[in-house]
Amino acid sequence: MTTTIAELVATRRVIVTCGAGGVGKTTMAAALGLAAAQQGRRVAVVTIDPARRLADAFGLAELANAPQRVVLPPFDDPGRAKWWSPLTGSGTGGSGELWAMMLDASATFDDLVRRHAPSPQQADRILDNRLYRNISSALSGTQEYMAVEKLYELVTAPRGINGEVLAPFDCVIVDTPPTRNALDVLAAPERLTRFLDNRVFRAMMAPARRGLRVVGVAAQAALAGLGKVVGTDVIGDAVAFFRAFDGMEEGFRQRAQSSLALLRNEATAWVLVTTPRGETVEEAVFFAGALVELGLHVDAVIANRMQAKINPMPALPTTAGPLRTAVLRAQGIDARADSHREVLAPLRTAVGSATPVAEVALSDGDVHDLNTLGLIAIELCGR
Amino acid sequence: MNGEQFFSTVRLLFVVGKGGVGKTSVAATLAVAAARTGRSVLIADVDGRHGAAAAFGVHDLSYDERVLVAAASGRGPIAARTITADDALVEYLADHGMGRLARKLASNGVVDVIATATPGIKDLLVLGKVKQLVTEAKHDLVILDTPASGHAVTFLRSAGALARSVSSGRIRRQADEVLELLGDHQRCRVLLVTVAEETPVNETIETAFTLEDEIGVALTPVVVNAVLEVPMAVPAGALARLDPAERAAVTTALAVERSRAEAQGVQRSRLANALPLAQLVLPERAGTRLGADDFEALSDALQASLAEL
Repeated sequence: MTTTIAELVATRRVIVTCGAGGVGKTTMAAALGLAAAQQGRRVAVVTIDPARRLADAFGLAELANAPQRVVLPPFDDPGRAKWWSPLTGSGTGGSGELWAMMLDASATFDDLVRRHAPSPQQADRILDNRLYRNISSALSGTQEYMAVEKLYELVTAPRGINGEVLAPFDCVIVDTPPTRNALDVLAAPERLTRFLDNRVFRAMMAPARRGLRVVGVAAQAALAGLGKVVGTDVIGDAVAFFRAFDGMEEGFRQRAQSSLALLRNEATAWVLVTTPRGETVEEAVFFAGALVELGLHVDAVIANRMQAKINPMPALPTTAGPLRTAVLRAQGIDARADSHREVLAPLRTAVGSATPVAEVALSDGDVHDLNTLGLIAIELCGR
Repeated sequence: MNGEQFFSTVRLLFVVGKGGVGKTSVAATLAVAAARTGRSVLIADVDGRHGAAAAFGVHDLSYDERVLVAAASGRGPIAARTITADDALVEYLADHGMGRLARKLASNGVVDVIATATPGIKDLLVLGKVKQLVTEAKHDLVILDTPASGHAVTFLRSAGALARSVSSGRIRRQADEVLELLGDHQRCRVLLVTVAEETPVNETIETAFTLEDEIGVALTPVVVNAVLEVPMAVPAGALARLDPAERAAVTTALAVERSRAEAQGVQRSRLANALPLAQLVLPERAGTRLGADDFEALSDALQASLAEL
């Protein structure tokens, strides 16, 4: 059975938007959020690195690391009828809420450490460690993991801007960092827990643990050599970090498993955003394949910046002149529309005919307000 | 200005731009334009995506160099390679007495820990490798297809950041040498690529100032990619020869196209006002998968645009 994007925003608990850089993922995540709110749902949109204009479009001074409510126009406002009412035709929209936030990976990580540390002192020792402070910016995959962690928090026990506990969200839409590889998001929790569990550094703590002395000696030799190249303070920081983190790995691992389980759940939809450029579509095809290898699948495709066809197309006049120039140019535009559809074909094949593909037309400006976002929501969900 | 003049002050060119602006196509176009002046060109990518090589039909690029286009009469060869951070770090450790242990440290995650404890070290080592390529002078020009601009700034900042935090030793020496190269306006430049749209233009302006003020690297003119020509106005009399449905279709399509082209014009003026850099204009190319022929045509357009400077 074919599912439409309108059904996804009406029913799914989590929607992950993914795709290459510069395809309009964040805007699509916002439009999907608006569409879901119009279905009467309580929705949170988590963005990674939004342009200033997204906060503007939402009417928020700035996006923070906790959800803030977006003031939506009244659902029966006749002035909004052109984009608002088509989606709320069933009359269910009245109670919908849209919230938005921007992920702050290091603040999210700090929260996670505080929650898992057996004592505030141990939390402080970790938070003050130089290696720890570098993790969110320098360890690849950390941002992805924190996005997953934040997602888990939002569907269980979200905190507001002032730390107050909010009601869980019906639907959370997560915008992912530009990624070539689906594995980046899904492998991030595993990657980070492996990092936190590093055997060589743990072996450095051998004096505190019996039976590991032999490994300890070998590891110490290796680290001493490394220290000569990169500096001994670097090694010292690392050892201190692993010492401070000792005992917390299990809690982290369990939390990572719960959030991964949520991502792999049937209630999570993967929405792939692309533009009609050869290399972008190739990346999307690769992504779709990688998801399948992980036992998941793309639930919908959004083809952004598509040229509309010209119909009917006149025949080219034989005589030179302005009409010939105009028709030639129009034919060029029409050929662009054809090539956009042609370049998308491999992706349609890759995701299968049961997967909906929504086209969003090329426009000459960026999204600055809820109206424009609403018009995109209509393109995604249909009237 | 001609191609010879443009390339005479660059041995190393960083191509920087937001995702989706066509950075890789521009890198390939620049490579063709430089090869036309007889230069031997190396395109290097740092994210393992090697899009430029793929555009020339080479898909299995590695840390070793591959020839994409052989030298021909009057033309220099174009080669490509990838320089990933992990490889650069392992190579560095191996070169500094860690020998075979380097691979082992990489596989058991120690290298990850070290790289995290020393932010910027991987970027610095990639830049160190690039510097080595420029210095050994096997190629006249090295074009670096950098990661998306946010990361590109971090990437270029790495040497300065490490030089400030590490006071001595090999890493410090490496950082100083890279800083010297980045600040050498006779050898090294950054070429910013954008499309004439609001967000990419904003990011380009911001990136340009950061690069110049903070890193002190010299900028070339900005490349504005995928520029549309404004459609000519059609006299009503001429359109009258079409049937009404056709007329409506053509009029609407041209109006939409005109509006897009004019919106691009607005963004180009905004860029010109905010940034005291000349603009090199590359036209939108029909077709969605660019190949060697397109880079020849785009290279013609680049030369035409250079001639106007």
